[in-house]
Amino acid sequence: MAATSLYELANPVRFERIAARAFPVSLIAAALLGAFGLYFALFNSPADYQQGETVRIMYVHVPAAWMAMFCYSAMAISSIAGFVWKHPLADVAAKETAPIGAAFTFLALFTGSLWGKPMWGAWWAWDARLTSVLILFFLYLGYMALWRAIPDKTRAAKLAAILAIVGFVNVPIIKFSVDWWNSLHQPASVLRAGGPSIHADMLTPLFFTIGAYVFGYVALLLASMRNELMARRLARMESASAPSPASLVER
Amino acid sequence: MNPKKQQRLILFGGIFLAAAGAVALTLYALRGSITYFYTPSELALLDETPTSPIRLGGLVAYESVEYDRAETGDVVSFTVEDGGAAVVRVNFAGLLPDLFREGQGVVVQGRMTGDGVMTADNVLAKHDENYMPKEVAEALKEQGVWKEDETGS
Repeated sequence: MAATSLYELANPVRFERIAARAFPVSLIAAALLGAFGLYFALFNSPADYQQGETVRIMYVHVPAAWMAMFCYSAMAISSIAGFVWKHPLADVAAKETAPIGAAFTFLALFTGSLWGKPMWGAWWAWDARLTSVLILFFLYLGYMALWRAIPDKTRAAKLAAILAIVGFVNVPIIKFSVDWWNSLHQPASVLRAGGPSIHADMLTPLFFTIGAYVFGYVALLLASMRNELMARRLARMESASAPSPASLVER
Repeated sequence: MNPKKQQRLILFGGIFLAAAGAVALTLYALRGSITYFYTPSELALLDETPTSPIRLGGLVAYESVEYDRAETGDVVSFTVEDGGAAVVRVNFAGLLPDLFREGQGVVVQGRMTGDGVMTADNVLAKHDENYMPKEVAEALKEQGVWKEDETGS
């Protein structure tokens, strides 16, 4: 069943039809979850016993950090599908995920810096968690640059896929950096053995904002994938109507 | 799966495994440098006291914070512990972060100036993974089920 629907999605015409419907739905879901989440996060959730009101940065920072890793994982999986099974849509999905993931990573680094100054006393520290996330940001930038550096799309997709899968090694390092090494960043609070160590009144708004980020990613991805597919169709039509290089030489 | 796809899958998997292996070996070789700080027990295990600047992490021991208001500037000193036998006495002239208090995790940057004595250039506060409203924290303390911060990690 799942395989059939994935296979159907791989057909650009069917994708266009499904994406046209899924885009507004995910956009509305993101807006609603975001509005609820921000209301709870800013007005209707308790201050922390240690951090006070500063804890509210968490509702923006944690989903951004999660999405930074989620987008990279999605990019790596799409890259496998594109590299091995040559699904053209998988290449497009991987390519269009990169700038969105880079934006989430930047947001995580930026809000983390704003949070670090009042709590730790430093904007930045070269500890394992912070450094590995900075490397993730550079991997995204490198991936995007590689796509742009190679004009032949088939070759670009192949090389970019290799970069994506090599960089994927970094994702588990980010996740476990706080357990493997002494770090300034505290260990995991939500996905940890023994259940979340965040009080339920703070966990609920966090799940709302995480939902908003996920649907926001889906909406942005669908929009930019449709954009890219249209641009490619346009390029094909232009090259079909333009005189071929051979006829220019013979002139 | 046709052989060509299988070949590409093996190639792709091979690239990933090679990269993962290279990174794992690198991280293993660098394991001492990646750590952001040493705890007092880890410091005590070293053969000689390091002369270059280091970072020390642990908990501020209860009833160990002393202020010395000298004319040359305020100096605060406190003991950093990690639950083991080894402790380090830290002297610091500068601004402490808001979260600094007894029982709190800290990371101290500075130089060792003697056996178990350190002069700090900077003090950072570490916070734990627990998030809860103030009322809940107080209720837990009243019920006597409050768990103090674990060391180091």
